[in-house]
Amino acid sequence: MAKQDNGESSAAAGSAVENHGAVSVSSGTAVVASDAFTNPGLPPHEPRVTDLDPAKERRASRTVGMLFILSIIGSIFAIVAYIVFPIVPGDMLSVRLNTLFLGLGITLALIPLGIGAIYWAKNLMSSHEHVEMRHATRGTEETRAAAARIFTLGNEESGFTRRKLIRNSLIGALAVFPLPAIVMFRDLAPAKDPVALFKQTMWDKGTRLALDPSGAPIKASDVTIGSVFHVIPEGLEEADHPLDEKAKAAVLLMRLDPSALNEADDRKGWSYDGIVAYSKICTHVGCPVALYEQHTHHLLCPCHQSEFDVANHCEVIFGPAKRPLPQLPIAVDAEGYLVAQSDFHEPVGPSFWERSA
Amino acid sequence: MGIDSTTTDRRGKRAGRRHPLASVALILAGLVTTGGAYALFTSTATAETANTAIVHQQLVDEGKALFDANCASCHGFNAEGTAEGVSLHGVGAAAVDFQVGTGRMPMAAQGPQAEKKPVQFSDEQIEALAAYVASLAPGPEVPDESLFEGEADLANGGELFRINCAMCHNVAGSGGALTEGKWAPSLMGVEAKHIYEAMVTGPQNMPVFNDLNLSPEDKADIVAYLKFMEESPSVGGIGLGNLGPVSEGLFIWIFGLGAVVGVTVWIAARAH
Repeated sequence: MAKQDNGESSAAAGSAVENHGAVSVSSGTAVVASDAFTNPGLPPHEPRVTDLDPAKERRASRTVGMLFILSIIGSIFAIVAYIVFPIVPGDMLSVRLNTLFLGLGITLALIPLGIGAIYWAKNLMSSHEHVEMRHATRGTEETRAAAARIFTLGNEESGFTRRKLIRNSLIGALAVFPLPAIVMFRDLAPAKDPVALFKQTMWDKGTRLALDPSGAPIKASDVTIGSVFHVIPEGLEEADHPLDEKAKAAVLLMRLDPSALNEADDRKGWSYDGIVAYSKICTHVGCPVALYEQHTHHLLCPCHQSEFDVANHCEVIFGPAKRPLPQLPIAVDAEGYLVAQSDFHEPVGPSFWERSA
Repeated sequence: MGIDSTTTDRRGKRAGRRHPLASVALILAGLVTTGGAYALFTSTATAETANTAIVHQQLVDEGKALFDANCASCHGFNAEGTAEGVSLHGVGAAAVDFQVGTGRMPMAAQGPQAEKKPVQFSDEQIEALAAYVASLAPGPEVPDESLFEGEADLANGGELFRINCAMCHNVAGSGGALTEGKWAPSLMGVEAKHIYEAMVTGPQNMPVFNDLNLSPEDKADIVAYLKFMEESPSVGGIGLGNLGPVSEGLFIWIFGLGAVVGVTVWIAARAH
């Protein structure tokens, strides 16, 4: 029964194929349109003025010669300039003159050489258009047979296929060889979990705000209205990796007229008498944001023109940044120095995959 | 022999001059001289103080007259500020010397930024205006020129410039754009005292860098660094305004690539 069914179905399929074949040309054949472009061939050959007028030809050949002589002059000039304008240690202007004149000489040597060669080819060499056909890339039967013989002979003499131990151990050795590199590549990734490092900075409860680069602590009374201080955490230089820490902990300290600050209720305690501290690292891609305008209270990022409004918790008012700059809660200690109340309450800088918001 | 004779001579003279009333006369003479000199000096000193006070008052009055004629329409008749212009109480002589001395004030028109332009007043008039504004409330003074003389720490000035100034004024000090039509001007060719005054007073939207943030010596170092940058030749040749990758990129895209395109067209063109 099954056989019969099969027979029937195959017959049906066969008829379908036959029908299809009868309808049109094979689907593998490209359609040949009747209005295709015909090859226009080469344009008619037009003789150049140098072909027709011997005087012009002589002039063109003189031009090429002059260009080559100019190149000789340029080369000699470069040598002379190098000697006449030496580099004097400690005198930066001598470097400029030396480079300038040496460069001019070499330019003069090379540019006329190239222009002369092209001018020669364009005006004096044969201008007849001709077609060069590509030759076939396949070698002759004899060459192919000879190549095959070399391989066979090589195999026979080395015993590559016969000596299985040698062949397999060679393949094994080549396969294992890249493994040390792969093991080393693994260590290119940070050893510690980077996510935890992104989420916290050097700031901690009681860390004094210090002046960049001296590291001197800042008193609240030092910061007059309209001032901007570039701030690092005190003790940054003693950290294990001061630059890594600075890259995360850099802060901009500004004092505004307290009446100009619009503070959220939950952040009223984060500033001190109009003094506010914000992360200097842009939330877009991490450039240092420090272009502060004291009257508009705008902070501008120089890389992609994100604008933050310091009076309104550094909310983004323009540009590609998506989040406000994180605010560092500050207070004043018993001696009048500005200190951090805690670390930032959110990760500083640009977004990363594991950042929750 | 000769030496011996002179010493004996002197001894003889000394002995002959001594008189019972000599010491009394000496004390009297001393007292008169000291007393007279004291009287003389104190009287000149008071006269000088009185004189300077009068001169200063004249300067302030002259400044007031100039202020009323040129500045009061925006800043108010007592420099208390109006809707058009800020209060000038406490800005000090340094602010006036900077704003008027660089031609920024009086402004030609209200706008996002007061531009540098030809100075409208003479040095004496600027001094008078500064004296008047300084008399209203204490503020930063015009720096002493001696601050910019002598050795400066260029390395310190450079580091402080890069930390505090370069983000707006460009690492080469050639200025840059700010928000909404404002810009940080170029610092090349600016007088030392004007740079200093700008740091102390924070003109327009520039923040203030008081002496506790950058000490006067730090400021002088920054000024010296800028002057060094201004005077040192650019090793790389033409600086193209030192504006950074935008202007330099634009130059090479237009002229460099333009030349490449031109040469390519010439190479491919058929000789006639």
